[in-house]
Amino acid sequence: MTTPATSSAFLREKNEEGWNRPPIMEPDGEAELLEVAMGPHHPSTHGVFRMDVALDGERVIRLKPVFGYLHRNHEKIAEGASYLASMPYTDRLDYFCSLTNNWAYALAVEKLTGQEVPERAEYIRVILAELTRIQNHASAIGFLIQEMGASGTPLMYAFKEREKILDLFEALTGSRMMCNYMRFGGCRVDISAAWLDAARKVVAGLPDFIDEFENLLSGNEILMARCQGVGILRPELAVNAGITGPMLRGSGVNYDIRKVDHYGIYDRFKFRVPLGDHGDVYDRYMVRVLEMRESIIILNQALKEVPGGPIMDPKAKIRGFRPKPGEAYGRIEAPKGELGFYLISDGSPNPYRYRVRPPSLINLTVLEDMCLGTNVADVVLIFGSVDIVLGEVDR
Amino acid sequence: MKTAEEIKSAIEAAVPGAGVVLIPNTSPSAQHSLRLDPAHAVEVAKFLRDDADLALDFLSNVTGVDWPDKEITEKVKVTRTVSKTVDGVEQQVEETVEEPRKHIQPGCLEVVYHLFSMAKKHGPVILRMRTVNRTDQVELPSFTPIWRSAEFQEREIFDLYGVVFTGHPDLRRLLMWEGFKDHPMRRDYVDPDDYEYEPTPHDSVLARAAAHKAATECVAQEGTGAAQ
Repeated sequence: MTTPATSSAFLREKNEEGWNRPPIMEPDGEAELLEVAMGPHHPSTHGVFRMDVALDGERVIRLKPVFGYLHRNHEKIAEGASYLASMPYTDRLDYFCSLTNNWAYALAVEKLTGQEVPERAEYIRVILAELTRIQNHASAIGFLIQEMGASGTPLMYAFKEREKILDLFEALTGSRMMCNYMRFGGCRVDISAAWLDAARKVVAGLPDFIDEFENLLSGNEILMARCQGVGILRPELAVNAGITGPMLRGSGVNYDIRKVDHYGIYDRFKFRVPLGDHGDVYDRYMVRVLEMRESIIILNQALKEVPGGPIMDPKAKIRGFRPKPGEAYGRIEAPKGELGFYLISDGSPNPYRYRVRPPSLINLTVLEDMCLGTNVADVVLIFGSVDIVLGEVDR
Repeated sequence: MKTAEEIKSAIEAAVPGAGVVLIPNTSPSAQHSLRLDPAHAVEVAKFLRDDADLALDFLSNVTGVDWPDKEITEKVKVTRTVSKTVDGVEQQVEETVEEPRKHIQPGCLEVVYHLFSMAKKHGPVILRMRTVNRTDQVELPSFTPIWRSAEFQEREIFDLYGVVFTGHPDLRRLLMWEGFKDHPMRRDYVDPDDYEYEPTPHDSVLARAAAHKAATECVAQEGTGAAQ
């Protein structure tokens, strides 16, 4: 919980100048500040990420994130490669959700060229994206519990279910994590009846898993004590700072790109958008649990209705693929937030400009605002509730 | 959702002399954009965010684009007086020739903003701004005070393209390290031979080892010489 002395700093009015900046905090009395570099090799940072933290005792006075340890300039590499050659590389951005990365890139290129996607391919995309969302949220919660100090065991519950979904991915695409499956105007290989049966079986087992997970966690006294009221993000700041995904909805802002843009065929499915109330770590956890349940509802509809037909646009060109000059921005609701690709074509086989809008990086904008005034142990927890992957942050 | 042209006229009504240019997009995406005059950009951005109809409260994506100097070859008709021998007599004749002429179109750095509205659930509205050139006049106004989501993305563009955002509260490199010199995303960027080189205390150790190795090689050669 924030101490009363600091909480007033967070209640600044929206019309005040600089209301969207983190407040400048002063140490109590004449205490000497302790500057700690958390990371880049710290078990809680999910990779190589550093937070330069200034501490007054246990209280966080200042926090500056430092990026770039995993930077390989993906955008520059993509400018030197053909459009299709970047598809396997998008797997490596957010390596937990390679299929949604594929979809976002394919969507941007389809907007640039005006290609149509056959109905069966759209269904396959939805099925794979929702499976990806479930396994991402399950492991995100698992890591969050691990950051609370429950080392290993709860994470394995999540990974047990993730394994089943990864087996499905492996059976279809040949790879568990680096799937490289979607193509411009469709998908790479068709699903079989046996795969669909296996998928139905996995999806039928998912509600039990989530019930079990929730029985263990949602009402857990320790989890509630650690998460409730910690890392509060106000909705006005969340919108202004471009936060997307479960973090935005945890703050109570109803914005789901599946509902707003209706990309693909999401307008055919009935599902609800879970919203939080307080914007704390617990709400972000709860939104993820409820989103998994909604994903199961989408999956059940999609698996029932998969139509027959081709999986590739027959007019799609594999060789000599040169979009007409122009530009396009395509975005999807990836498990971590809005994943967008911005492409400029100059008529050559390579994109002139290729930009990834990474949800993980932009969701970290408000990390300092959420952490100021809390304890070091809560910083680890708040950071875990953002749910980032460094492959996407640093690109 | 208003079209790009309607937004343009709304901006011009609200901010007189804004100098907005509509940039059409010929690709099937038909995402047309508006180029802003950097002098009025902050005022226009505030209008777009606070206007009740547009309510563009969500700045999703900020992109840098590099447009290097372009050499354009044009054929120009030139009339010249040439001395020619006609019927054995030297005469001055006027002749029209097509001559290729090269001129350099100056390059610039461009920043593209994709705006959406979370309140009204519409978008995208695309804004662009251009710097004067690519070398010394690379300042553009920062949108970070208006939309906080620009904070890291503008830092990234400053880092990788070298656009200086005036009014940014914390303009530092984001991905490359402090002390790095160039801007890697520019089209004319050349990799240094060894960009991971950093002077470390090990250098003196390595120098001593090299000297030691040279000295031992001398001894070994003398040794073999004596054996022969």
